[in-house]
Amino acid sequence: MNVPRLLWVGWRFYVKNLTLSSFYILTSVLQPIIFASVAYFMFEAGAREGTLLYVALGAGMMGIWSSTLFGSGGAIQWQRWQGVLEYSIAVPPPLLLVIVPLTIATASIGLYSLTATLFWGWLFFDVPLDVAHPIAFLVALPAAVLGLGLLGLVLASTFVLYRNANALSNLLEFPVWLVTGLLVSLSLLPGWVGPLSWVLAPTWGINALREAAIAGNPWPEIGMCLLLSAVYLVIGHFALRHFERLARERATLAIA
Amino acid sequence: MNQDLRVFFIGGYLSYKALFNWMHPSHYIPTMLGAPVFQVLFFVYVGRFAELQDDTFFVTGNAVQLTAMAGVYGMAMTIGGERWTQTLSPLMASPANRLPLFLGRSLPLIVNGIITSAFAFFVSWLLLDFELSRSQLPALAVVVAASAFACTSLGLVVGAIGLRGRDVFFIANLVVFSLLLFCGVNVPLDTLPNWMEAVGRALPLTHGIEAAREIAAGATLGDVSSLVWTELAIGVAYATVAYALFRFFEIEGRRRATLETI
Repeated sequence: MNVPRLLWVGWRFYVKNLTLSSFYILTSVLQPIIFASVAYFMFEAGAREGTLLYVALGAGMMGIWSSTLFGSGGAIQWQRWQGVLEYSIAVPPPLLLVIVPLTIATASIGLYSLTATLFWGWLFFDVPLDVAHPIAFLVALPAAVLGLGLLGLVLASTFVLYRNANALSNLLEFPVWLVTGLLVSLSLLPGWVGPLSWVLAPTWGINALREAAIAGNPWPEIGMCLLLSAVYLVIGHFALRHFERLARERATLAIA
Repeated sequence: MNQDLRVFFIGGYLSYKALFNWMHPSHYIPTMLGAPVFQVLFFVYVGRFAELQDDTFFVTGNAVQLTAMAGVYGMAMTIGGERWTQTLSPLMASPANRLPLFLGRSLPLIVNGIITSAFAFFVSWLLLDFELSRSQLPALAVVVAASAFACTSLGLVVGAIGLRGRDVFFIANLVVFSLLLFCGVNVPLDTLPNWMEAVGRALPLTHGIEAAREIAAGATLGDVSSLVWTELAIGVAYATVAYALFRFFEIEGRRRATLETI
């Protein structure tokens, strides 16, 4: 079994697949542009001084979270509906290696969001696109996507145990935007939100991108993205095994 | 007449029970109560961070905007759901009067929108810097009801397009997000470009939100009556357009045999 090839082919397939879905185009391009526009208008009209690049990056990350949440949260259920879940489990590679490319693909699709919000901001709101540390930015981007993609693995492997996974996805979009400080400084939020934000990859992902773009040291945040990715991978591995065992025991693999 | 009333009330109720996918508590609570509250909290905090307006501005804007969620998504679900469950053709073949048939489907969604909005106001009152006296509640309820009606009328237009377009949920999502941008929900309307303000004035919600903000600031229902009437008139206009579209797409759907395409 060639693991890198399996991951690469799976990722490429799912990126192509998701790109053809009007729902994901809406989630990853149109929705972020609309939310970014609202945010640009709010910060332009507000009294706070600062660069709109801060807002553009945050709005882009909002899109990455949305596509990860909706894509990964319902990933296994979607495989069930399509009738391919049994095959995904029956093939020789472990289920983890089949699902990971999918969840990382859902986060990768979110890169459309970042591109769209930056371009939209530059075109209509004079958002400066000068990146202070371009190389660090180029490293921070895949690190953030990896972090979110593997957080997606945790979502995929746990949401499947809940019958209405899409209701959970609907519920979790705004709170994670809020507690990970995508458009709001975390210092404004109650103190108990802090620890919650530390275990969520979008917090470190957006900080890494902002540090790299607006001057600063993004490397500790990039390191945290990678560390959290490893933790998510371990949690996702055990959660998937648990799901697989339950599904086999109860014969619920094919129940849509 | 009795038949039409039956189609309006019983048909609307059964359609809501059968096709509104979010009805089960495990779906209804996170989607129709939980997520809306987080929307309000999110924009209140963004507003605080941007130093734009006080909490009341964002609470009223978003809580009234939430009526669109039930109205627009709900109508998309009821029409899209008929297509998905392959019941659209039998429905179109029935002799029922089309006006009560489709308007009846909107009534439960208006009620739903009011509940969602009321819950968001209540939680905001509990958690945020938002005050509302008991005497303001009846006027605010009238404004929310008018906005829910106008949004559901817009939802009827989306639903009518669902007779022709196959991906009605894409349109519904786009419409709900666009309302956030154009209707002065989180940005004062006069700070938007002129063309966006003009578009916003022709959409549901804009006048309702303006009225709600004035009531929250101490105005009476009489003070905002022109805004409320305008909101209702916009609702009637969209309902009329929706009805015309229903009839047109129904005839087109029969002619092209596209009612059952998924």
